[in-house]
Amino acid sequence: MPTEATTQSVEQVIFDGLTELGAEGEVTRDATFEDLDVDSLDLVELAQVIEDEFGVELQGEDVKDLRTVGEVIDLVVQRAS
Amino acid sequence: MSRRVVITGTGAVTPLGVGASSLIDGWAAGECGLAEGAGRCSDFEPTEFLSVKEARRSDRFTQFAIAACQEAFDESGWSAGLPYESGQIGCVVGTGIGGLGSLEEQENVLRERGPRSVSPLSVPLMMGNAAAATLAMRHGIHGHTYGVVSACAAGAQAIGAATRMIESGDAEAAIAGGAEAAITGLATAAFAAMGATSPTGISRPFDARRDGFVMGEGAGILLLEEADAAERRGAEIVGEVLGYGATSDAHHLTAPEPSGHEAARAIELALDDAGIAPQDVDYVNAHGTSTPLNDRTETEALKTALGDHAWRVPVSSTKSAIGHLLGAAGAVEAIAALGALDRGIAPPTLGYEEPDEGLDLDYVPDGARSLVGGNGNPSSRRGNDAENGALIAISNAFGFGGHNAVLCLTR
Repeated sequence: MPTEATTQSVEQVIFDGLTELGAEGEVTRDATFEDLDVDSLDLVELAQVIEDEFGVELQGEDVKDLRTVGEVIDLVVQRAS
Repeated sequence: MSRRVVITGTGAVTPLGVGASSLIDGWAAGECGLAEGAGRCSDFEPTEFLSVKEARRSDRFTQFAIAACQEAFDESGWSAGLPYESGQIGCVVGTGIGGLGSLEEQENVLRERGPRSVSPLSVPLMMGNAAAATLAMRHGIHGHTYGVVSACAAGAQAIGAATRMIESGDAEAAIAGGAEAAITGLATAAFAAMGATSPTGISRPFDARRDGFVMGEGAGILLLEEADAAERRGAEIVGEVLGYGATSDAHHLTAPEPSGHEAARAIELALDDAGIAPQDVDYVNAHGTSTPLNDRTETEALKTALGDHAWRVPVSSTKSAIGHLLGAAGAVEAIAALGALDRGIAPPTLGYEEPDEGLDLDYVPDGARSLVGGNGNPSSRRGNDAENGALIAISNAFGFGGHNAVLCLTR
């Protein structure tokens, strides 16, 4: 069973995921992927973590225009509901 | 006047430890880095050299290359900043197999969890050019950069290719070497299936009881510079690539051509390239895999190429101490040969006790021995350099597929 995608649970999973991926600096909602040195390969891995955890499928198209961590969190919560 | 290529830094990660000196001093002291039938780099801790992100984005073979390169950079002074324009520096790193561990891991993910779970890093981790590409990115190298894939000759061929790159003027300097991390379930089973590895797990090159090679892992990286440029910047020279020779057996996918004709020709080409005669060779760092076929063929090749001198020159195999590092072997063993020249010794072929019929060279059986310049013979060393009297070694590397590569080195 996927975990329920609340803002809090998604935030936790994404923060942990980005840290594990080796993001540079502090991971916050306002941090941009550029600041964190997170590239498209990292985002694919992050999407796999999200799918495993919440059952939400994200495609490259979905995330290519997102700049901040918060935007991804909001998208996942919205898709899950 | 042709351009000469000097060595200004070396680095190694081997089953004898992290660092080129661990390799040479350990081997010279008779230490063996093999345990339970394999030569693992158990002391290697990736996080000492890499950030979390770098570690995630590199297979173990690339991680070894990063650590070895860092040591070479520190020795040469390159750590303080590249000494040449980055477009004038090349990067050539050989591997036999590439990121096999990453491939096997993702194959398991595919089977167990399906295609959507396969890591997007799978290909960049496993590709054979990953070490070369990663080193270039890490150090901002913009010259010719590529991997060399010629099985167990790859490390030596990478050094040879980088040497030619500098000689031709395509580069002023280069990072060159080899890396391998293939002690995995698949490779272990596959080498055993073809009868290449030792069922007893013992590496004893040239001994009558030898029964195959023992797999090792690690990396060796050398920094090469055009000699005049290195001198101008005041670099400390730790060696010189005097010559390089490479040939192909065109005989069999795995077995060496039994007469060793093409292997001998590679040795002859390396000596010609160096401008020296067989009697100028003070030490032979053998490929010496501990397989029945290689050690016999290599012995034949040495006799053909060196003539009577083959019986006078000490011949020893680094693989007796660290096993067979496949695509890293040629580079690691070039560093071991340089270390031997530096210390003026022929390190021993560990475990060698029982002579085999026809294998009657001096395999340095009883501990490290002092090298005698010219082996007491009149020398016809090159008259055109200032290093007259310097010790000279050749380092052999022969790979599945019939690739023969020989480096002629001096300290």
